[in-house]
Amino acid sequence: MKKEIRICGFGGQGIILAGVVLGEAAVRAGYRAVQTQSYGPESRGGAARSEVVISSDPIDYPRVTHADVVVALSQAGYDRYGRDVADGGTVIVDRSLVEAEGVTTAPFTTAAEEVGRKIVANIVMLGYVSALLELIPHDLLEETVLANIPSGTEELNRRAVRAGRDLFLGQRSGHDGA
Amino acid sequence: MARDLDYGRVMAVLGPREQFAQGDVACAYGAILGGCDFFAGYPITPATEVAETMAALLPRLGCAVMQMEDEIASLSAVIGAAWAGARALTATSGPGFSLMQEGIGYACMTETPCVIIDVQRSGPSTGQPTEPAQGDMLQARWGTHGDHEVIALAPASVQECLDLTRLAFDLAEEYRNPVLVMTDGEVGHMREKIVLPGEDEVELRSRSEPTSEPAAYVPFRAGHGSVPEMARFGSGFHTYVTGLTHDERGLPATDNADEHSRLVTRLVAKIRDHEELLTRVELDEQEGASLGIVSYGISARSAAGAVRLARAEGIKVRHLRLVSVFPFPEAAVRRFAEGLERVVVPELNLGQICHVVRESLDGGARVERVSRIGGEMIRPEEIVKALLEGGERV
Repeated sequence: MKKEIRICGFGGQGIILAGVVLGEAAVRAGYRAVQTQSYGPESRGGAARSEVVISSDPIDYPRVTHADVVVALSQAGYDRYGRDVADGGTVIVDRSLVEAEGVTTAPFTTAAEEVGRKIVANIVMLGYVSALLELIPHDLLEETVLANIPSGTEELNRRAVRAGRDLFLGQRSGHDGA
Repeated sequence: MARDLDYGRVMAVLGPREQFAQGDVACAYGAILGGCDFFAGYPITPATEVAETMAALLPRLGCAVMQMEDEIASLSAVIGAAWAGARALTATSGPGFSLMQEGIGYACMTETPCVIIDVQRSGPSTGQPTEPAQGDMLQARWGTHGDHEVIALAPASVQECLDLTRLAFDLAEEYRNPVLVMTDGEVGHMREKIVLPGEDEVELRSRSEPTSEPAAYVPFRAGHGSVPEMARFGSGFHTYVTGLTHDERGLPATDNADEHSRLVTRLVAKIRDHEELLTRVELDEQEGASLGIVSYGISARSAAGAVRLARAEGIKVRHLRLVSVFPFPEAAVRRFAEGLERVVVPELNLGQICHVVRESLDGGARVERVSRIGGEMIRPEEIVKALLEGGERV
């Protein structure tokens, strides 16, 4: 088993944190994982990319070569990476941030606002992607999220990661097909 | 100073033995597990996390961390601390590494044990701060002026960031020389699972202390393996430390050709004569191969991917990963290349270690480079293509 995930957006969206949590949770679930990142010199606003490779076997080349999952939280990210996906792979975009045809769209930002704050859109997305991958038990993911966020925001993040999972499960059962 | 690591106390600060950690953080962990008790530095992307981690952890062990005004001062502080008995570290990236060349030369000349981590980024000058590169490799070897030798290690994984930084302290102490940990922005910012060593794995090797009485102590008289015994400042031994050519007493002898030749020849020999002992390589052998890859650092991960792809297509290839890069493991590279027709060297620069490989093989296998600069890693397919069709010659 090997899965390659690429998350792109802009600095400040928590793209890198989402990749870190996904990688750490995969390791806690018993897989090998490498998380890499690429960003500009700006702390906010520049293009940001976080990649995670999860495998049952040792990982040599650490970056994504054939993305199984591409998530775009910015138009620029989608325009650059939205077509660079393996056969049978999935491209997901945040429907309020990216205009795209023929890909999966999900309301990460809207769902984040519903659970409390737009800032947790990355955690909603993480819950969604992990549910899609079906590698990491949700409880383990939630535990890893809580270990990586500022204290005092546990409840917000718990709601966010659950909202993301539920978004995926809802889409899969056809309630919110895109 | 012979000393033991207080393992329980250190682990209480470092946390669980298994972690999903970043390369820079792993370097800091490796330093602390290597007995590091002083850090001085100046922040710079992509090395800042080393300083941040040291600043967060080292004071909890009762040790000092200083943010200096620049990188020259950082290495100077490290050198001073080392003479006071510390196992001292600084960490930087290209622009800071350039400034530190002065201090590296001083540390070589004064035989000061110290560890310098260079998390390489794209240069020259300030270049691309957030992008990885391997463009400082020959600067590590020849950046400071005059004849000298350095020890340089190149981690290819987050685990190795920890292991090799830890090793660097032992080597610095043993050889009384600067040891350079040549990591890069990719492995420095990458996260992987690491396993911290157990209590029975953390024995420290320390510098040799004077065995004579203070009155009979000759500070720069070569002892075991050409390395003099080192008296800590304040321990009652007279020591004079200067970057000028000095005699065995440490006193300037700048107009004495014999003294200069004796000193600098010994400084070079104490490292070069131990090439085999300092060599750390990882060989992935394949019978009947005529193609080979010599790699180091993060590009070794691309090379390992290339080996996997090539062998899946029935292409026979041998791979040598240099874990230690300097002193250059010439004998190991020669043995590796026996029977090979082509050796390619993937690097995130326009050709640096490939020159040293070529010089080592001296007319043997054809040595070509696979280069990538600008921030992306070399893809395994590019190395396979170079193996089959040839890489770039110069």
